[in-house]
Amino acid sequence: MKKIIFPLCLIGGLLCGLTAMAGPEEDRLAMVEYYSDRFPDVPLQEFANGLYAFDTIAREQWIEMEDFPPYEIAIEDGQALFETPFANGKSYADCFENGGIGVKQNYPYFDTDAGEVVTLELAINHCREANDEEALPYMIGPLAEISAYMAYTSRGNEMAVQVPSDNTGAVAAYAAGKQFYYTRRGQLNFACSSCHIQSAGLKLRADRLSTTLGQATHWPVYRSKWGEIGTLQKRFAECNSQVWAKPLEAQSVEYRNLEYFLSYISNGLELNGPGSRR
Amino acid sequence: MRLILTISLLSLLAGTQYGLADEVQPDEDAIERGKAIVFERGRGNCLACHVIKGGELAGNYGPPLLKMKVRYPDRADLRSKIWDASIREPTTRMPPYGRHRILTEEEIDLVVDFIHTL
Ligand code: HEC
Ligand code: HEC
Repeated sequence: MKKIIFPLCLIGGLLCGLTAMAGPEEDRLAMVEYYSDRFPDVPLQEFANGLYAFDTIAREQWIEMEDFPPYEIAIEDGQALFETPFANGKSYADCFENGGIGVKQNYPYFDTDAGEVVTLELAINHCREANDEEALPYMIGPLAEISAYMAYTSRGNEMAVQVPSDNTGAVAAYAAGKQFYYTRRGQLNFACSSCHIQSAGLKLRADRLSTTLGQATHWPVYRSKWGEIGTLQKRFAECNSQVWAKPLEAQSVEYRNLEYFLSYISNGLELNGPGSRR
Repeated sequence: MRLILTISLLSLLAGTQYGLADEVQPDEDAIERGKAIVFERGRGNCLACHVIKGGELAGNYGPPLLKMKVRYPDRADLRSKIWDASIREPTTRMPPYGRHRILTEEEIDLVVDFIHTL
């Protein structure tokens, strides 16, 4: 019965997904089923490649671009930054599990003591601040490069975001992020779901719309349009702006909750960041 | 009784006919201005989502706009769809050009003039 109900909800804009019943894992499975039905020829792991999973022409150009990945310099610079000790002699490696290598699949997580979602980018700045270094800007620049290096060391690991069902704070943060994804905003009146769920695969001008599933596996991303590497929350801001909604601050509570939801939905997919996009 | 009915029916019909005559023939200038709004990215930007005759690089987010007079014989229905499609269809993905003041009322009239010719 569930199997039938959830995909129907998805088609209806997933409005009924907002009912209290569906937990994160049910949401994720419903997404997998919905997109598998919508794109029967696309193997599950391919969704981690965004629109290139089904846009064959754009995919060719992308594969060519990946021959000389435009994010390579960011990985190198990020590694150098990551390995340079702070003024106090400590380093990033001291702040993270496993010295920060291969850990991105666990982000974001819910920090129960602080009562908030912690993204990888926030954790990098927390690490700096704990070592008397200034926080870095969140969307582009050195922080995005450090994040790119950490993503690179996590390639091939499966996304494994946790929303413990007995942790009311975590469950509420996930639910808030999900609600954000389904809420219409901006003068043009779109929800994220209007484009990426209801219209996935269709073209807005020349752009085919990517699926929610896989949207969080490959960040940060070097976008030709940006001419540099940027974080996932830079993309949130851009998607807000293009429907003439006022974008929120990077790492605001709302965007962190949104990232928590979006990342959970990609659980089980292999990380493939940093990525390149048009 | 019958006479009265016939008369009122006649006048009703006449009314519609006049109405139709009014709507069917917006002047060329209005149609051209409407077309400009429809195609311009910073205004209607309808091509982002609809295939429209005469326009290039269209998306397919929404249905192609064609045979509009057959499908929307009543101009008001067409206008209402552009003004706010969510009145009829709550889960619509068509932006509410009137309700959210994306275009002015006058611009919407011009857009309808053009779209109705498709
Ligand atoms: C009006 C349509 C529209 C809306 C609404 C929209 N997006 Fe997008 N989004 C796009 C387009 C177009 C792209 C570029 C093509 C693609 O990758 O999907 C994109 C790309 C993205 C990407 C990058 C995908 C990748 O593979 O790199 C993410 C992540 C994303 N959107 C998230 C969101 C979120 C979160 C929201 C809501 C806050 C949202 N979008 C709302 C149109 C939209
Ligand atoms: C971002 C996407 C988008 C834009 C921009 C857009 N539309 Fe639409 N439109 C849609 C979608 C999607 C539908 C399909 C119906 C629905 O979802 O309610 C639609 C439906 C329509 C319909 C009804 C078509 C039918 O087959 O019955 C008309 C008429 C229409 N749009 C006109 C316009 C005009 C005129 C403009 C520009 C001023 C415009 N649209 C801009 C997405 C869009």
